[in-house]
Amino acid sequence: MSLEIQKHCDALIVRVYGEFDLRAADHCRRDIDQKLKTQGAKHILFNLGGVTFIDSSGLGVILGRYRKVKENGGKVAISNVPPRVTRILELSGITRLIPVYSSESAALKELT
Amino acid sequence: MRLRNRMKLEFLSRPENVSLARVAIATFATEVDFNLSDLEEIKVAVSEAVSNAIVHGYEEKPTGTILVTANLYQDVLEIIVEDEGKGIADLTQALQPGGNADPERMGLGFVFMKSFMDEVDVWSELGQGTRVKLVKILPGTQRTQKYAEN
Repeated sequence: MSLEIQKHCDALIVRVYGEFDLRAADHCRRDIDQKLKTQGAKHILFNLGGVTFIDSSGLGVILGRYRKVKENGGKVAISNVPPRVTRILELSGITRLIPVYSSESAALKELT
Repeated sequence: MRLRNRMKLEFLSRPENVSLARVAIATFATEVDFNLSDLEEIKVAVSEAVSNAIVHGYEEKPTGTILVTANLYQDVLEIIVEDEGKGIADLTQALQPGGNADPERMGLGFVFMKSFMDEVDVWSELGQGTRVKLVKILPGTQRTQKYAEN
């Protein structure tokens, strides 16, 4: 799994590629938390367009970041969800907390 | 029910082996006429069971042993994930959604397993370990009787 993290205004865009499972979760968590601190971002957008597999470990990273940024008044959004990921996202109920958009631009318009 | 095929895979409780288990089971299951959606569901269920063994059974220590057995019968694919970890103190609570105090975990492993597989059985004993059995009925078949375990 690889991550691409980019700052956009006061949001971090986190583009996830590959399998978002237990192995990926730990370093993903660390990388994002570090960037949040060093780049002073308030919001996070998870672009899942490159995700080939996700389970509750990957979802846990997203949820954990949501709880973290919410403490500072920030927001989290998800975009570009592939069809194979949609069902597990809906089943988890995470979409009740975190809005899902079809594109990065649509998500960023709401976040920033 | 007649056993058509079996695979056993034993590995250390390292996070990279979750992917190994998914690939092995998905490859084993290609003998059956599952569609892509079924295979994805089986992969998620296996991923959840193995991740649970690592995170909860062995508390993320990478030195535990996890055994994954796949049995292919005439009408079902049965996957058993076993660990010799600490066991589950309150199984009823563990099977509930969100039954986990960790803010980084969703506590939905068993919910996903139950949603994506046709049957899920869990056995656990404190200090001895946990055994999770996942059953998927084969496409085009109807489960009419309990299969014999070999």
